[in-house]
Amino acid sequence: MIRFPLWILGALLLGGIVHLSTVLAMPQAATQDAYSRLERITSVNAVTQLSAPSAQNATMPFMDPAFAVAVCRYDLSAGALKLRAPLSQAYTAITFYTRNSVAYYAINDRAAGRHVIELDLMTPEQHAQVPEEEDVTAADRLIIESPTRLGLIVLRALAPEPGLMPMVRRALAGAQCHIEPVPQQ
Amino acid sequence: MRLFFGSCFILILAAAIGLGATWLTVTRGIAFGSLTIGAWTAWPKSGSVDIDPYARAAIARIGDLPVGVGDGVAFYAHTDDARNMLDGRCAFVISGITPAARFWTLTLYDTQGRLVANTLDRHGFTSAEILREADGRFAISIGPRARPGNWLPSGGIEQFVLVWRLYDTPIGVASLTTKEGPMPAVVRKGCT
Repeated sequence: MIRFPLWILGALLLGGIVHLSTVLAMPQAATQDAYSRLERITSVNAVTQLSAPSAQNATMPFMDPAFAVAVCRYDLSAGALKLRAPLSQAYTAITFYTRNSVAYYAINDRAAGRHVIELDLMTPEQHAQVPEEEDVTAADRLIIESPTRLGLIVLRALAPEPGLMPMVRRALAGAQCHIEPVPQQ
Repeated sequence: MRLFFGSCFILILAAAIGLGATWLTVTRGIAFGSLTIGAWTAWPKSGSVDIDPYARAAIARIGDLPVGVGDGVAFYAHTDDARNMLDGRCAFVISGITPAARFWTLTLYDTQGRLVANTLDRHGFTSAEILREADGRFAISIGPRARPGNWLPSGGIEQFVLVWRLYDTPIGVASLTTKEGPMPAVVRKGCT
């Protein structure tokens, strides 16, 4: 019966491979991930404000109820994306996620240093096409590279007290994002 | 024939081991690079491109969006300091001081990440609205019955989760040591 421990060892090794491959495949296979949830209620390349989370319904689990949230779901196939977001008084942060919910960039109002955050989002290929002199002269032009063609920009604005929520929501309603075709040389 | 049955046996066993291990790691929220201070645990790397495959799988399953590292860091508590489960039928007190951050919020969820219904419509506190002592310390009472001061209703649910989010904070960005900041203590004060 030397064979039996060998069978078990083989099963363990195969089991390890199954485990690792399922963990790696999970983000692609998930149907209830944040992007899929938001795909149903947002339109592409436009800012949509999410309803406040309550005990009865919430767009996503573990949402912070002190924040007003707006989402720009983007698709960079047709060109680069321009985002313009006015800041509210207390605290505003903009976080960029890939299609699979990996946060690859985040900026907050203090880092922006102005009353409006304006930036361009493009794929590395589109960034390479931007004429170099334009890149240099526009020193205050913030360009962010998206590792994926699809993704999410999430704008979060804090209402330090519940009474300030309507004001924060009004400020966030001024946020815009739209596609700007890359000029062809 | 024996080879055939043996092969079937190890394939079934391998599938069970592999899928079982995946299920366990993803539902238990096992991820690397955690930062634990008292009852609170954060995974600062989950909000960056350095996120590990286990955290990615867990986030994809739950369907939330992690707080980005440039934005802040989220600490989760499932137990109190003495490792008692956070039971909604018991009274808990959170007290002390918080690490440096421009703003923080404390929110109470059920284990699925939903807010808990209550008559006050209160689901958490922000650093701006909390009542403090003269020296800046604060105490938050969590329980099913109303308390004076900062009361966070737990609705009497079986188990709840507390999430402490620090916004615009150096914690988790620079290094991963527990000396970075004191997190508030979570203490159970008896059950009904």
